[in-house]
Amino acid sequence: MSTLSQALWVLLLGSLLGLELIGKVPPTLHTPLMSGANAISGITVLASLTLIAQADGNGALLLLGGLSLGFALFNVIGGFLVTDRMLAMFGGRKSGSGG
Amino acid sequence: MDFASCAIDLVAVLLLALGLKGLAKVRTARSANGLAALAMGLAVAGLLLQLQPGPAAWLWIAIGSAAGGIAGLITAQRVPMTAMPETVALFNGCGGMASLLVALGVALFQHDQTDLVGRISIDISVFVGAITFSGSIVAMAKLQGWLDTPDWTQSAMRHGLNISLAIASLAAGLALPTDPAGWPLWGLLLASTLLGIGVTLPIGGADMPVVISLLNSYSGVAAAAAGFVVGSQLLIVAGAMVGAAGLILTQVMCTAMNRSLLNVLFGGALGAKAGGSVGGGGDEAGYTRIVSCSPEECAMALESAERVVFVPGYGLAVAQAQHALRELSKLLEANGAEVSYAIHPVAGRMPGHMNVLLAEADVPYEQLIEMDTINPEFPRTDVVIVLGANDVVNPDAKTDPTSPLYGMPVLEVDQARQVFVVKRSLGAGYAGIANALFELPQTAMVFGDAKAVLQQLCTELRSQGVGARARVAA
Repeated sequence: MSTLSQALWVLLLGSLLGLELIGKVPPTLHTPLMSGANAISGITVLASLTLIAQADGNGALLLLGGLSLGFALFNVIGGFLVTDRMLAMFGGRKSGSGG
Repeated sequence: MDFASCAIDLVAVLLLALGLKGLAKVRTARSANGLAALAMGLAVAGLLLQLQPGPAAWLWIAIGSAAGGIAGLITAQRVPMTAMPETVALFNGCGGMASLLVALGVALFQHDQTDLVGRISIDISVFVGAITFSGSIVAMAKLQGWLDTPDWTQSAMRHGLNISLAIASLAAGLALPTDPAGWPLWGLLLASTLLGIGVTLPIGGADMPVVISLLNSYSGVAAAAAGFVVGSQLLIVAGAMVGAAGLILTQVMCTAMNRSLLNVLFGGALGAKAGGSVGGGGDEAGYTRIVSCSPEECAMALESAERVVFVPGYGLAVAQAQHALRELSKLLEANGAEVSYAIHPVAGRMPGHMNVLLAEADVPYEQLIEMDTINPEFPRTDVVIVLGANDVVNPDAKTDPTSPLYGMPVLEVDQARQVFVVKRSLGAGYAGIANALFELPQTAMVFGDAKAVLQQLCTELRSQGVGARARVAA
């Protein structure tokens, strides 16, 4: 029971943190922010890894875990890279804008 | 959990939070993205140290990582900037699928190790994961133009259908804790997948960004639920954080479009309510006072203009005309004109999408002016050129209470002295609504592909000696 209440506290505080982190976002950044947050939500790789590691040689479980890991990593790697590609275009442009 | 892995987890959470915070500021966004990626790597490394997987597990970890990693790498590099909303939807759907598969695995093969809380977590993980997946895929397909909005989805019937699906999900979810690997699991999976489709399909393309943002929030919730299933606090924190942040971002987007979230989700497609044809181009009925003009006439107006504002929309991106636009504005600047770009909060298909596209064409950041700043400037603007934007410049949104767009903040280009609308045809906008701007006396339509028209304008201006004069001056 104490693990559950601990987990619920973690859930509550995590949600509050998320609400506070993003207050004002310039519209310029909505798309990259959405994409970046989306990459972070791929953190579910941790669950996939746990499933695989604790499969105890169960083939079906290994397969499900492997599939899940593939989907999650697709989200993580693709998400971070595509966000970086977008943000790279905002960077280094302070110079040379005199026209 | 030993002290070392606990410390690693704490550092990872801290870095993730800092990353998410930094992503909301222009100056820090890029490094924050790297920081979040680093945090993710750290969390994975810490978990692997703690789990000590066996050889068979390592094999599957290698296979899964290679497949997902390479696919992600290729997709991220190949996808064009114009297709960014679809791409985010696709990634997001896969994240939901991952949480779903984990819950499925535990439910099918390890349910004897779960207590009531674990089984409720499986419920939530399957439910939210399936909705995220099917909803995201439908959103992607609609943005890609692979799926239309079927007529039946605009009738009230869809609410009945979705409510039945929600009830079916709830029933299966209630039954699941007593029978975790049996029919309730499959029933829940089926009902929630269909619910994801049933809720997303009726929503018009113009509202899709909001839906994607909301689904993004859901995938965070799905991750947090998966955290409960496998007992990972790090996963719970990170999932909850992304879920809450996604909700805020969704709200910010809704505010920008002056629509409530409930209205977006249950209001149906805008154009369908107005009786227009959704996505049906070439519907020219209703326009009576259209003036069209040639690129030459437009160029003449530009040549003598002192203040020019471009209003770029998604059509510009589709025509890949960003670079031609940059070329034209360089010519105009050389001619002594003051050039700026009016950016509506939802220009493109996602807030901020247009900024990314113009940044790609090296448009100086300072020239991109947001709606609230530029609206008071329109009365002293000589020429406005609308490029592939439609609904965001529709004056009906301010003046006509019967218009479905009424109340949406728009760029007040009708205040400018002269307006040119570059458009392929008189087809309706993305929301399927006629635009009163086209019939105003100061508006002229320049029909053609945005890129071709812009190139013609450049040629015309050069032939009038605009570039040459600048060279002499310099």
